[in-house]
Amino acid sequence: METRSTRIGLGVATVAVIAFLWLPLLLIMAYAFNSSTIQSWPISGFTFHWFHEAWRDPEVRKSLTLSLKVGLAATAIALILGTAAAAAIYRFRFFGREAVSFLLLLPIALPGIITGMALNSFFNFGGVQLSMWTIVAGHATFCVVIVYNNVLARLRRSSPSLIEASMDLGADGWQTFRWVIWPVLSTALVAGGLLAFALSFDEVIVTTFTAGAQTTLPIFILDNIQRGQQLPVVNAIVFVVILVTVIPVTIAQRLTGDTGVLRRGTAASKAAAAATGGGAV
Amino acid sequence: MAIQEHAAAVPTAGVDVPDVRLVGVRKTYGDVVAVDGVDLEIASGEFFTLLGPSGSGKTTTLRLIAGFERPDKGRIELAGHDVTGRPPYSRDVNTVFQDYALFPHMTVAENVGYGLRVRGVGRRERRLRVDEILKVVQLPGLGERKPVQLSGGQRQRVALARALVNHPQVLLLDEPLGALDLKLRQEMQIELKRIQRAVREVGITFVYVTHDQEEALTMSDRLAVFNEGRIEQIGTPAAVYERPENAFVAGFVGASNVLRRAGHTFTVRPEKIRMTNDGGARRDDENAATGRIRDVVYAGMFTRYVVDLDDGGELVVVRQNLETSSTEALDARGRRVLLEWRPEHAIETKPQREEKHESV
Repeated sequence: METRSTRIGLGVATVAVIAFLWLPLLLIMAYAFNSSTIQSWPISGFTFHWFHEAWRDPEVRKSLTLSLKVGLAATAIALILGTAAAAAIYRFRFFGREAVSFLLLLPIALPGIITGMALNSFFNFGGVQLSMWTIVAGHATFCVVIVYNNVLARLRRSSPSLIEASMDLGADGWQTFRWVIWPVLSTALVAGGLLAFALSFDEVIVTTFTAGAQTTLPIFILDNIQRGQQLPVVNAIVFVVILVTVIPVTIAQRLTGDTGVLRRGTAASKAAAAATGGGAV
Repeated sequence: MAIQEHAAAVPTAGVDVPDVRLVGVRKTYGDVVAVDGVDLEIASGEFFTLLGPSGSGKTTTLRLIAGFERPDKGRIELAGHDVTGRPPYSRDVNTVFQDYALFPHMTVAENVGYGLRVRGVGRRERRLRVDEILKVVQLPGLGERKPVQLSGGQRQRVALARALVNHPQVLLLDEPLGALDLKLRQEMQIELKRIQRAVREVGITFVYVTHDQEEALTMSDRLAVFNEGRIEQIGTPAAVYERPENAFVAGFVGASNVLRRAGHTFTVRPEKIRMTNDGGARRDDENAATGRIRDVVYAGMFTRYVVDLDDGGELVVVRQNLETSSTEALDARGRRVLLEWRPEHAIETKPQREEKHESV
């Protein structure tokens, strides 16, 4: 029957697309355990050696530390600014509201190379020395959007009278925050924060323009691949980066999908798409 | 709030103190006057309805009583206490919201117990009172469910329980049945009345907002008809229906059967009109009219006839389908008829306010 063949066709296409997306990742993850230094399939033996090697390498450690610091700082900024912006856009009708909303969303659509170039020339123009904080600023541009989107979506799907209901039942401002606002928003905040961190952790393009001489983990990977050095070590690092990216995204999806307040598919998958699309791996 | 003087804060002792009292309350949003000088007194234990079309100020009035809005002018008293400047959490009122506003992260029991919890009522007493009120609203044993797992009607009952468990002085209901389908709505009307009678001994006053005139007539002890921020009439359902004070009330509560005779305006309820074939002898010219049936609306239990009058204007007549079939009813279209009513059923009404303004 027609419907049956259509169903089979769609099934095959879906499997093919997913395989195309995931096989290369699985391949490189397998290479991380390859005992030989030559990348060829099947791997010649199983070893944890490259993980040890990577861990002992001071350069790897330094770039890992920098990536973690940048990720945490950018996430913190995103949580504060993103939540505040979402609350303002949701709660108030003011002049330029639509414009503010658009400007907040723009960085996620803007190619990273443009954001990077613009920031770079801005820092040059202002005489700002490139440092960890210039990377943080660059990452914050798109991290804010993620938190903003998550929180705004949660607010829009919650009943606008929840706060009034709480006050009506005798709760003052603090009690309302503690028992209603925070529990309703917390999963959206955690999800947004995790996604923002994942985005920052594997960002390359904006980082290249704002990092100067410093090396984040993705930049370290890129440099070594370009120079063809330490490829087994790089594979091990890539393995870790994949985990560090996939785990938060998965948790974030569960958090937003679980409560019934926010379903999957909005900010979460957009960010997930951005994470895989704009990632170094 | 200049009116909020010190003396006004002292409660007036006595049995006759109304539970809710609004004095000259006015509220504007920018250029829009939502509530325009409303005076209202609601007695303890009363089921009082604020009835009106959307945008007539009934919901704003409710929100003013709840404390979600502050009036620009006027005073709001609860049991003799001036509460005009008080926030919602220090007023002894609870609200059932139109969208229920159940906390999605809490179970039914936690939702219902929320008001007790924020007031520091202990866990054991809380559970007893929650269980008790869940029985009153006929939801026993659903305490551990989350709001998403409930049907619309069940959510409605939870919202009601959450408000009632606190034994508020006044219970405010903002179109609480608006989201339910017709059948469920009719069930809940009866149910709400039952609950209201059950809690009347505790002295809970119900203030109910609706745009549904039938709902208002069915449920209320008294009702206030709102129009453009003002109250057109306050009275019992029978009084408002049978003796509407002006054309707006006559039209909004029931069909707009308005007759103009010699400079006076009358209204006659559709079910009070006797319709016969034209040609018969008239008993009284004052209380009769001839015309032609323009439209027939067959509604199963009764048929609604729209009659174009020979002297101008139209009247709606409702007739029970006692011996009439649908085809017979529909065949009546175009027929000439004589309409008669008893003199006491022609109620003189003041013209509508807008018209009064124009003539000034």
